[in-house]
Amino acid sequence: MTAEQIIFLVVAFFTLGSGFMVVTTGNLVHAALWLVSTLFGVAVVFALLNAGFLAVVQVVVYIGAIAILFIFAVMLTRKDMRDQGPQTNSGWWAGVLIAVLVFAGLFFLLQGWGGLSKTAAAIPAGFDAVAELGNVLVSPDAFVLPFEVASVLLVAALVGAVYVAFNRK
Amino acid sequence: MVPLSWYLLLAAALFSIGLFGVLARRNAVAILLGIELMLNSVNINLAAFWRYGDVLQMAGQVFAIIVFAVAAAEVAVGLALVISVYRKRNTVIADDIDLMKW
Repeated sequence: MTAEQIIFLVVAFFTLGSGFMVVTTGNLVHAALWLVSTLFGVAVVFALLNAGFLAVVQVVVYIGAIAILFIFAVMLTRKDMRDQGPQTNSGWWAGVLIAVLVFAGLFFLLQGWGGLSKTAAAIPAGFDAVAELGNVLVSPDAFVLPFEVASVLLVAALVGAVYVAFNRK
Repeated sequence: MVPLSWYLLLAAALFSIGLFGVLARRNAVAILLGIELMLNSVNINLAAFWRYGDVLQMAGQVFAIIVFAVAAAEVAVGLALVISVYRKRNTVIADDIDLMKW
């Protein structure tokens, strides 16, 4: 086992364990904090994949904005910090069954696919992934249209969120 | 070097955990937490396929960034809906929000 594999395994188990705590913890503030640790694990996975920009955006946008938004929402929708009664609905065992079946299905699908043991080619010398990403995001030959559509979607969603949550008295 | 399958299995496991959260939790905010886990596992897949495919083609990373934007939009609207429902009906339990159930 190389050092990279050991690092990957540690990060992967940390991420999966935190993710498991997100869906099982009773206290929702704790669940949101476990979500922060899961998102941080995913950011480390991005860094292992040489996707540095994605790792930074993951920390800034997901941990800095979305997770904090979750914590605010939990605090705003809570009479006391704990929920009354059980945290899972009566059909939770069916949820376990479906989740396990989906994982098994994905596993068998991946087993039947040939490209699994593929290893990554070395990144060409002098190739700057972040600069290239910035270029293609604003290049008319590449992805400028999806980029602009995403920004319009974001503005529309934020205006809609303010409209929906606004308290009319 | 880590083989591609490890990343795909990590993403599949994280997706299944998020799916369980969406299906089993009663609290609407917790359901949104599960959706975030699923979106993140998809992003791991996109980044892994970018790295293990042709690095010079940036489509995988661009798609991941679009997913970031969609996730931010989704969580803003979703939490606004939850807060609005909480204000009107004083509950965030998904089973109790049944106005549109016939």
